[in-house]
Amino acid sequence: MTLADQAASAPGDLGDQVPLLRLRGIDKHFGAVQALYKVDLDLPPREVTALCGDNGAGKSVLTRCIAGIHQADHGEMFWEGRHVNIRGPRDAAALGIEVVYQDLALADNLDIVQNMFLGRERMHRIFLDEDSMERAASETLAGLGVTTVRSIRQPVASLSGGQRQAVAVAKAVMWNSKLVVLDEPTAALGVVQTRMVLDLVRRLKDHGLAVMVITHNLNDVFEVADRIAVLHLGRKVAEGPAAQFDRQSVVDYMTTGSSDR
Amino acid sequence: MAQAEEELRKGSGEVSVAAAAAPVDPTAAAVDAVPPEIVAETLGEYLRAWFSRVTSGATGALPVVLGLVVIAVAFEIWTQGLFLSPGNLVNLFIESMVFMTLGMAEIFVLLLGEIDLSAGYVLAVGAAIAGILVQKPGPDWPWWLAIIVALVCCGVTGAVWGTLVSRLHLPSFVVTLAGLLIMWGVMLVILGNAGAISISSRILVNQHVLYEFVWGNIPPLAGWIALAVVAGIFSVTLWTRDAGRRRRGLVAPPAGLTALKIGFFVAAGIAVVAICNVNRGAVTQVVEGVPWVVPIVFVVLLIWVFLLQRTKFGRYVYAIGGNPDAARRAGISLPSVRTWAFVLAGVTAGISGILYLSWQGGTSTNVNGGQYVLYGVAAAVIGGTSLFGGRGKVAQAVLGGLVIGAIYNGLYLQAVQVQWQLIATGLVLVGAVLIDTLSRRGSLSGSSARI
Repeated sequence: MTLADQAASAPGDLGDQVPLLRLRGIDKHFGAVQALYKVDLDLPPREVTALCGDNGAGKSVLTRCIAGIHQADHGEMFWEGRHVNIRGPRDAAALGIEVVYQDLALADNLDIVQNMFLGRERMHRIFLDEDSMERAASETLAGLGVTTVRSIRQPVASLSGGQRQAVAVAKAVMWNSKLVVLDEPTAALGVVQTRMVLDLVRRLKDHGLAVMVITHNLNDVFEVADRIAVLHLGRKVAEGPAAQFDRQSVVDYMTTGSSDR
Repeated sequence: MAQAEEELRKGSGEVSVAAAAAPVDPTAAAVDAVPPEIVAETLGEYLRAWFSRVTSGATGALPVVLGLVVIAVAFEIWTQGLFLSPGNLVNLFIESMVFMTLGMAEIFVLLLGEIDLSAGYVLAVGAAIAGILVQKPGPDWPWWLAIIVALVCCGVTGAVWGTLVSRLHLPSFVVTLAGLLIMWGVMLVILGNAGAISISSRILVNQHVLYEFVWGNIPPLAGWIALAVVAGIFSVTLWTRDAGRRRRGLVAPPAGLTALKIGFFVAAGIAVVAICNVNRGAVTQVVEGVPWVVPIVFVVLLIWVFLLQRTKFGRYVYAIGGNPDAARRAGISLPSVRTWAFVLAGVTAGISGILYLSWQGGTSTNVNGGQYVLYGVAAAVIGGTSLFGGRGKVAQAVLGGLVIGAIYNGLYLQAVQVQWQLIATGLVLVGAVLIDTLSRRGSLSGSSARI
């Protein structure tokens, strides 16, 4: 089967568009437990895809396969139509995939600039090039519309939950990334901060990035998602434009794996 | 306090999201957790923000400085004016140097949330190796080669502890406790049956150079000239850096604060040189000038500050201390950074060993390495370094070392018996850890309330 055939047979309203990331028949098991079973998924560019599922549905495992932390047992991945093997986090980063984990992976004692450049510091001979890093971090944050932090040099410990999420997202988009995966970005946030993060997700899309949001919060799903995919017990049970779903159908898919609606 | 914060928020012209979302108290904590020097635009604003932070528990270096003042006043009264006499203050500086360098050694590992209990006996081994190598009859090596070999040996011990801790995941407490015993034994082996060596010969050049590190003085005029040069370089560098950052629109402290920092540095330098340049000798013999050990420790401090604040290695040490998982996911090699931190701790303990050798004019099997390492940890913690990792600065060891040195010196002046010295130092250490824990609890409850 050629790539063109696959594109034509893809589900949903993708048309002739080549998805940024295409997963086909992803299997993953841990010992006797089958975590993912023949999962197909398309993540189109410039769209927000919500990956929904109850606890234990396989959302995290699928994320880790995309991030290169786990390797799928079977199945294929296509990046911009090209067959790829993601064997580690560095492979994923090289393609332009960045994952923002639920714990955000920020060092509380470092400031915003230091966190955004952690592990990829710019150097001026043997010393850190603080000026250039501060300017770049500041531009990225401004580009994402994050203007609520008092100072870019304040320690991350002094930020609110929403601001921390924003810093983690800004850290992810700094590196010419094309796909940003957000793991439960609003799980620990209040109403105002959730709104701020969802605005941020929309702005990522406006910047031309593909976004995958992993969540079981239906408010978030219908607020930002262009497409919805639902996992149930390791199988993908639904995928399509958000307009094809309503709350009840998503809940049905998440809890029983099927929907009458 | 609330009013000061309100002014602060108005001053920056921004509305924090936290302010809108959270109840009043946690938001106040959020504002307080922002260091005032990065948000204040004038010196007055900085001082108001600083004051509001202090009153809400983020005390910074204040307890140490106040503690030093209290100790100085108390001993000055108790010793009827002897404590603050120039001659005694120079003694105090000299005694503090060993505590300061040991404190710096501990800071490398404390920043990672680890501890190095072996440092006291690594000091003793460093002193013994350097001392043995300049003996004549004996190896009679050049003094600089003796120092290098001693420091390399101390660094290697650090590499061993660091490898065990970072690659085999053994607890640093146990590894370096074993290291304490091993190095104690190694010191006894090196010093052999005689049990003591001396480097106080005035004829043998290699011994005399080592001896002069602590007991040799810079001529008073040269001291003033050196201070002028160092203070000039420091002022110009700091001012051009801050002014440049302000001009380019980067985060920088207000000009008044930069000037204040320069003023403090110059004043401290003038005070030290002025005190040291007073004749502290007996009637027949003039003894004056800054002991060489002061610039030596200053240079060590400067190098370590640059390493920790301005290089990748230093950044990674702080990152690992703050959140090891984040560091790992950022692609940082935790084992190699951890191992190097232990190596640097070993080398710095070796430096304090060289200073100890010079101070005592030799070394013997009586070195109480167990007590010294605790003084080193105490110096770091009293200075404000956290035992839980991620928070602390090398310069804090200087203040902490001065506190330990002051207690040691004052009680010694009064001929207080050693048991009371131990008790007094222990109480100060408990006080320092208490402040660390309370301020940490304060900041933790603040951040958990905000999430």
